[in-house]
Amino acid sequence: MRLEVDIASKTFKNAAGEQHDVIAGVAFALDAGEVGVFVGPSGCGKSTMLRILTGLDPDFQGRVSRPAGARIGFVFQEPRLLPWRSVEENVRLAAPLADEAKLSALFEILELNAHRNHFPGELSLGLARRVALARAFAVEPAFLILDEPLASLDVALAARMRDQIAMLMDNRSMITLLVTHDVDDAVRLGDRLFLLSPRPARVLAELPICTPRGERGDAEIAAIKSDVMRRINGDLPERESS
Amino acid sequence: MPRLLSFAVLLATWWIGSLFVGDAKLPPPPTVLAVMIEEARSGDLFFHLGATLARVTLAFTLAMTLGAAIGYLMGRVRLADRLGDPWLILLLNLPALVVIVLAYIWAGLTEVAAIAAIAINKLPTAVVTLREGARALDAALDEMATVFALPRWKKFRHVILPQLSPYIAAAARSGLSLVWKIVLVAELLGRPNGVGFEIGVAFQLFDIPLLLAYSLSFAVVVLLIETLLVQPFEARLSRWRPRAA
Repeated sequence: MRLEVDIASKTFKNAAGEQHDVIAGVAFALDAGEVGVFVGPSGCGKSTMLRILTGLDPDFQGRVSRPAGARIGFVFQEPRLLPWRSVEENVRLAAPLADEAKLSALFEILELNAHRNHFPGELSLGLARRVALARAFAVEPAFLILDEPLASLDVALAARMRDQIAMLMDNRSMITLLVTHDVDDAVRLGDRLFLLSPRPARVLAELPICTPRGERGDAEIAAIKSDVMRRINGDLPERESS
Repeated sequence: MPRLLSFAVLLATWWIGSLFVGDAKLPPPPTVLAVMIEEARSGDLFFHLGATLARVTLAFTLAMTLGAAIGYLMGRVRLADRLGDPWLILLLNLPALVVIVLAYIWAGLTEVAAIAAIAINKLPTAVVTLREGARALDAALDEMATVFALPRWKKFRHVILPQLSPYIAAAARSGLSLVWKIVLVAELLGRPNGVGFEIGVAFQLFDIPLLLAYSLSFAVVVLLIETLLVQPFEARLSRWRPRAA
């Protein structure tokens, strides 16, 4: 199973009829079991790219080949839960085939057991995000997408949720695509990093990380991080001067 | 308790008023109550109330179903909105009396004509409300349902319907009060039974106790349906909303 993407360009027309380029060339491939991480500045077109990859936006130049009928698990940036259904119902609706054992294992890892019968309006952002994570993992996706799952959470909570996500990803073999602007999260969770330019987005660099996720030491993470930072910061002025 | 109190105040005002105006114009509560009991004992009261209620139920159901379907379509499909809009504006501004009279002329003084006329009067407000609801549907939740491949009926039941339910409740609430008002006019003009017909008879005989007896029985039925049916239904629909402090 493999995801192959080659988006040549994507443009939007605004209300005044002007054209805006959002994506100017993003090509990559991911195999099952791989975690691809897209790192880029906010507003660079990451969310647009995700909408194209999931088939929500068919209006673009290029090609996306994703395994036919592959189940998709999507963790949206705003959790997008149904406010009129309880936490458990939200998860079960998306994943009707998930049995009780699987659900309780998921809720256990994500610390949601006490909140099963709560409505989303009663949850904090961190909890709502975890419900969205539970929903995405419960469908046993072949293709998992995480759109800024740790954004706007405090550092301690973000770190805990990052460990939970890593734990959930470890015993599953799926194509995972993580979008973030946080280099630390990217290096700790990803197998392959793609650095994106500001809008219109294109891939500036692709960095594979060969050490498995669990075995990365602090020194190695720091080294990769500084490499990424150097590339991001080094590439930007060059682009602006050209 | 406050409800009972306000009811008592109403009753007292009526009684005092009848003392001032005189029995002939405004009979006191006991006189009206006596007529009510008499009509109830003979069975006439229930017969006419039943006829009116049956018409209300049929016309209301018809208008809500059709109105919701058309409104949803107009809110979702731009072409349908463009095509339907002039009709909608025409129907919205057509006086109820015109619709009723025309219906009786074209379809005869029949039950079908009466129910159709009442339904047509209520239809456009249901369409307008539901169209607003369909326009306000959350695109983000729609995308979520698509990505997670929710089957069509599940998406309708769990994603779309809950978003429309406040609009459906609003259309039902305003529609019901509209139907209560119009049904009596339709009965007065062309039906041989129902509360509207009895009020017409009372009017011709200047029988004010009879007129009040039927009007008040009707009001009681409306109040009962509101408190026993409509309000619990609304409360159930909004049970997920965080309570207002």
